[in-house]
Amino acid sequence: MSDGRGLRGLVLLIVGTGLLAPILAGLAETAAAAFGHLPALGFDGWSLTAWQALAAEPGLATSLRLTLVTGLGATALSVVLAMGAVAALAGRVPAARGMRALAPFLAVPHAAMAIGLAFLLAPSGWIARGLAPLMGWVLPPGLASVNDPWGLALILGLLVKEVPFLMLVTWSALGQIDAGRQMAAGRALGYAPAAVWAKVLLPQLWPLVRLPVAVALAYALSVVDMAIILGPSNPPVLAVALTRWFFDPDPARILPAAAGALVQAGIVALGLALLWGAERLAHKLGRRWVRAGGRRAFGPGLAAVLVGGLLTLATLALLALAVWSLAWRWSFPQMLPESWSLKFWLASGRWGAALGMTLWLALASAALSVALAILWLEAEDRGQRTRARWAEALIYLPLILPQIAFLYGLNVVALRAGLSGHPGAVIWAQAIFVFPYVMIALTAPWRALDPRLSRAAAALGAGPWRRLIRVKLPMLLRPILTAAAIGVAVSVAQYLPTLFLGAGRVTTLTTEAVTLSSSSDRRVVAVYASLQALVPFVAYALAALLPAWVHRNCRDLAGAVPA
Amino acid sequence: MSLVLEKLMVTLPRADRPLFEVSLRVEPGQVASVMGPSGVGKSTLLDAVGGHLAPGFRCAGRVWLEGRDVTHLSAEARRIGLMFQEALLFPHLSVGDNLAFGLSPAVKGRAARRAAVATALERAGLAGMEGRDPATLSGGQRARAALMRTLLADPAALLLDEPFSRLDTGLRAEMRAFTFAHIAERGIPALMVTHDPEDATAAAGPVLRLSATGT
Repeated sequence: MSDGRGLRGLVLLIVGTGLLAPILAGLAETAAAAFGHLPALGFDGWSLTAWQALAAEPGLATSLRLTLVTGLGATALSVVLAMGAVAALAGRVPAARGMRALAPFLAVPHAAMAIGLAFLLAPSGWIARGLAPLMGWVLPPGLASVNDPWGLALILGLLVKEVPFLMLVTWSALGQIDAGRQMAAGRALGYAPAAVWAKVLLPQLWPLVRLPVAVALAYALSVVDMAIILGPSNPPVLAVALTRWFFDPDPARILPAAAGALVQAGIVALGLALLWGAERLAHKLGRRWVRAGGRRAFGPGLAAVLVGGLLTLATLALLALAVWSLAWRWSFPQMLPESWSLKFWLASGRWGAALGMTLWLALASAALSVALAILWLEAEDRGQRTRARWAEALIYLPLILPQIAFLYGLNVVALRAGLSGHPGAVIWAQAIFVFPYVMIALTAPWRALDPRLSRAAAALGAGPWRRLIRVKLPMLLRPILTAAAIGVAVSVAQYLPTLFLGAGRVTTLTTEAVTLSSSSDRRVVAVYASLQALVPFVAYALAALLPAWVHRNCRDLAGAVPA
Repeated sequence: MSLVLEKLMVTLPRADRPLFEVSLRVEPGQVASVMGPSGVGKSTLLDAVGGHLAPGFRCAGRVWLEGRDVTHLSAEARRIGLMFQEALLFPHLSVGDNLAFGLSPAVKGRAARRAAVATALERAGLAGMEGRDPATLSGGQRARAALMRTLLADPAALLLDEPFSRLDTGLRAEMRAFTFAHIAERGIPALMVTHDPEDATAAAGPVLRLSATGT
């Protein structure tokens, strides 16, 4: 039997050069610029000019405060709401059904959800229209209900996306601990279910969800697209300010932007340190609480109600996208358009190219990621190895590191290589973020495959490649396509990689939707955002239907086996 | 202070006939045995008495404990302890903290609670093992710690779901004697599901043979 050493070497080479090297090179270039070394602009040698320029930026302190408040606040609330809601629902709603109901909220790209929420929350949005008869409003009220200076709308937007993600992660982790019997044991000792959750189940779930929580935290601290659409505008959160400076007509502002990018990385590091500290503190206090023997706790019911409210908002936001995209005349305070039109949908000359580019980038980056994930998992199988911790950390690295900290530097490298502005460079940059999700999605089903089937094939004389292609891959068709659909959804949602590596020449639904969101016609924006939300749905639908059709004659494979 | 089951019936989701109908009286200090073939609903009976039925299961009849009707109380309000095949000590807590988790909140003050846990550990032959990880205990030690955790909650009755079946033969007799002695000493009624006739003989209480109703 082959021990797969060659394959493992190949996978390491691809991951090293394709994923790790760009991140490190991008970080290095950003750091060089932050310390004054930017030969292209005539800055040579080392200086602290960039840091002085950053410190002199008006509104920097406010940007930092907003970043911390929105990022930490949204994540803390998301964790509490998600865990509370799962505590309330698990045991009443079957896990598979609950997770299926959450999936659509995960599939919608951040930008599309943010635009829908803006349509809902804006002074002329659906909520204000609903309140207008009660409040006697004839004109949209003069409230900053979106882009508010406190970042509340941004926090709400982050909650709408992070709560379903963390609920899904928590719910699937619940299957890995003996939750049902431990709940019975706790209740037989006189504990209310909420108390068993807090004292018994959560401490065991936490190690399983810690990394996804860290990913959500890093994301919330460095989000750009959602913050442009919903967040405060002047000054904005740090990541948005940095994006503006990087693309400022005055190239000298790249210097403070590069220094700020390192600050952004520092903020994420600080956030992770706080998370770790909170974990230690909760552990300590929790021990005391356990020892005191109190039988009561409360909260899950309230969390479930609040999550219900969030998901209702999310549903209305998506509905608002659809209605606006079909509206012709819609004056305040009418609840529905006075006249409808397909004009903006039929003007495919406007959005067709962006859709085509989005699909091309998504299919290419998802296909590359799935191929690499299959090779990686197969190499693990052949070496009969479990994944080393550094390898697991490597998979999560692009999700923890703020994108803005290395994408500028990466584009500097791409410029030097003459690749900047080419769709290939964007595919590469997107794949850095698509691959981790594909890998995470495919790992569990891959390992769940009965190894005896592969051994049976080997006993019949099939070599390792034949076993992979004829036995494993066909049986894993459904999870592979699901992973690919997740990859497509992640790719469609990417904003910064397209912006930086596309150098303004690669236009996708996302870059268009974000660019148009602030200025122009709501009806046009709604078409872009609806398309952006539709692409992942179509991908998931195909991932569900194709295996059923391919395996239509194999009952064990065609059924609705959850991937 | 007895445990009384009065025409207790449980119907499975989407079934039209109850799984069983049981009437039984267990006196304080007594251990009643429930026997019968697999799938006849022995564990479901314990779930019904303890209040652990999954959603969708329908339950009729009455459960009386110490003269109060507990049929519609939640599991945590019934004061009915539960012992499984496995000890089911919580893996994230030390042995001492597992017992402290069980210890009734009526015992107040950190020193008093620590002392109560230490005494219980000593009685279980686990003196000084507060800080141990439950995973490092032997099977017998784990079973004794689990019984102590249950008893520290001051239950008014005890349910035992094949409590000795996972233990080695030698250990089984020892653990049986340990468990029954504590039940007699506490003077609480206990209901035990078992496959092992020796368990029923040793328990020396009423024996309920469960068979499918209507067949």
